[in-house]
Amino acid sequence: MGRMSFVFRRLVLLVPTAIGVTIITFFMVHLIPGNPAVTILGQRANPTTVAALDKQLGLDKPLIEQYWLFIDHLFHGNLGTSLYYGTSVSSLISSHLPATLWLLAYAAVIAIVISVPLASLAASRKDAVRDHVVRVVPLLGLGLPAFWFGLILQTWLGTKLRLFPVTGYGSGFTGHLQSMFLPALTVAVALCPVLIRSLRASMLNVLGAEFITTARAKGVPGYRLLVRHVLRNAVIPAVTVLGINIGYLIGGTLIVEQVFAIPGIGSLMINAIFQRDFTVIQSVALFYGVLVVLVNLLTDVAYVALDPRVRFDA
Amino acid sequence: MSALSADPAPAPAPSPAVAAAPVRSRRARWYRQPTLLTGLVLLVIILFMCYAAPLLTSFNPNTQNLEEPLLGLGQMGHLLGTDQEGRDTWARLLYGGQVDLRIAVIAVILPFILGIIVGSLAGYFGGWVDAIIMRIVDIVVAFPFFVLVIALVFVLGTGGKSIYIAITAVGWVSYARITRGEITVAKRQEYVLAAQSGGLSSVRIITRHLLPNVITQSVVYAMSDIVQDILAIVTLSYLGLGVQPPTADWGTMISAGQNFLTTQWWLTTIPGIAVVITGLALSLIGDGLADLLRTGTS
Repeated sequence: MGRMSFVFRRLVLLVPTAIGVTIITFFMVHLIPGNPAVTILGQRANPTTVAALDKQLGLDKPLIEQYWLFIDHLFHGNLGTSLYYGTSVSSLISSHLPATLWLLAYAAVIAIVISVPLASLAASRKDAVRDHVVRVVPLLGLGLPAFWFGLILQTWLGTKLRLFPVTGYGSGFTGHLQSMFLPALTVAVALCPVLIRSLRASMLNVLGAEFITTARAKGVPGYRLLVRHVLRNAVIPAVTVLGINIGYLIGGTLIVEQVFAIPGIGSLMINAIFQRDFTVIQSVALFYGVLVVLVNLLTDVAYVALDPRVRFDA
Repeated sequence: MSALSADPAPAPAPSPAVAAAPVRSRRARWYRQPTLLTGLVLLVIILFMCYAAPLLTSFNPNTQNLEEPLLGLGQMGHLLGTDQEGRDTWARLLYGGQVDLRIAVIAVILPFILGIIVGSLAGYFGGWVDAIIMRIVDIVVAFPFFVLVIALVFVLGTGGKSIYIAITAVGWVSYARITRGEITVAKRQEYVLAAQSGGLSSVRIITRHLLPNVITQSVVYAMSDIVQDILAIVTLSYLGLGVQPPTADWGTMISAGQNFLTTQWWLTTIPGIAVVITGLALSLIGDGLADLLRTGTS
């Protein structure tokens, strides 16, 4: 199978997944117990508001027609109207998107900066003490509640030592860089265990290759071998791991944004929970579902494009 | 000849000794596996502390004493002080652990069972059954775990039952993928072909012959999955969607204490540490088990 037909097949498989993502988010409203409009409105519910919401969500129509309307609106970029702000959800998402993208990119960079040296350290001598330490210590990160770790960093490094701003997004590039450091670090720490593990494994894999033996025989010094020969070849799998774990990464940003009061999509969703803003929650879930599908596609395609050794006959 | 298989001592018989070797080394090795052992010891300590709470504290976790709010560490017999409503923090930590661990165990068993059933069907029958199931898996995997769980708990309403439903609805896919992969390979082995030609029913082949051989991978995965579930439960409780007050749980304790972080830092810090240590214990067990199975089978 050729390169192009792989990409084409991948695109075709995308269609049922995308449809499924819309079906799940569409049906969320029907999972609400009782009369959805009454439950969503809570104390604001009276016959007039309920009828208005029924009409807005299309709940007064047959199911198939409701879904069709949902898709029709979707293709016109219409994600509905926020029940709390009264503005269009798509404009809310697009105004909150930059902060989230910043946080995601910053966290990914920090995760790589932490993971690469640690993984190299571990892989440089397999089964030595340093290898065991690097394998076990990051396990702490797996059970770390992001919101709690954020609160702790905020209190000690922010409020007490005044090293970093406690909340907010900052302004300008350096402002963002400074304000977002603690939140990005919080998100990155959760990602490091996964990243270190796969980097270490792929570096050990490369270390066993014949060209490494050749380089060693040639007398290439250890650190140079690691950086020039091993790391270069181990980075592609690491980037793939980042791409595959984009959902995990996004999940981390959700509550961290809330803790650090960053005006991103995560805090938009969490605030929507407190405001019982159903349309925003539904749309953010849909948005993230589509985002993950697209990032996974890009990861696959990038992997194929970057690594000429990838074969398709498996 | 009869002595050969029963008694391993006479060395000249190579074949029984070789066959017995992996089993014996696996048995001998489990307690020499440092990560597994550390994890198990930690977990036993945590379970003991949570479930022997009445022995470790005489305070009731939910008794308010508004005359003694926000006591410091060790004051008036309160080991970890009291919270803003005068409730003993140490008692709430222990009883809260019971609540979180119980929810976490149920929230890992349900997706485990569902995932294994669905994954076995996909792996064993293949064809269109497999195609449909794997497309559904693709769809669920598309959503970030936390996004879908939070959204589902929001629409289903707060509390334990919603957490079980939400985590099961999202979590089964990993078990389904693992089981399907293993069964796709295992079903071509001779013992399965023998069972099939013997006329056994598909249900019997899957449950009695295939699953015992392929379930270990899912068990190992469950250890890391339960860590993620604990995080989800604590996070939901922190957001007010999970365990409802006045019941103590580590998430609500963290959220209640965050207003006093600069003065009573332990109110938020200690429940968080409890989560981290529990997570570490389970991760170590998962890691150790994975290592054990790798070396045991190689």
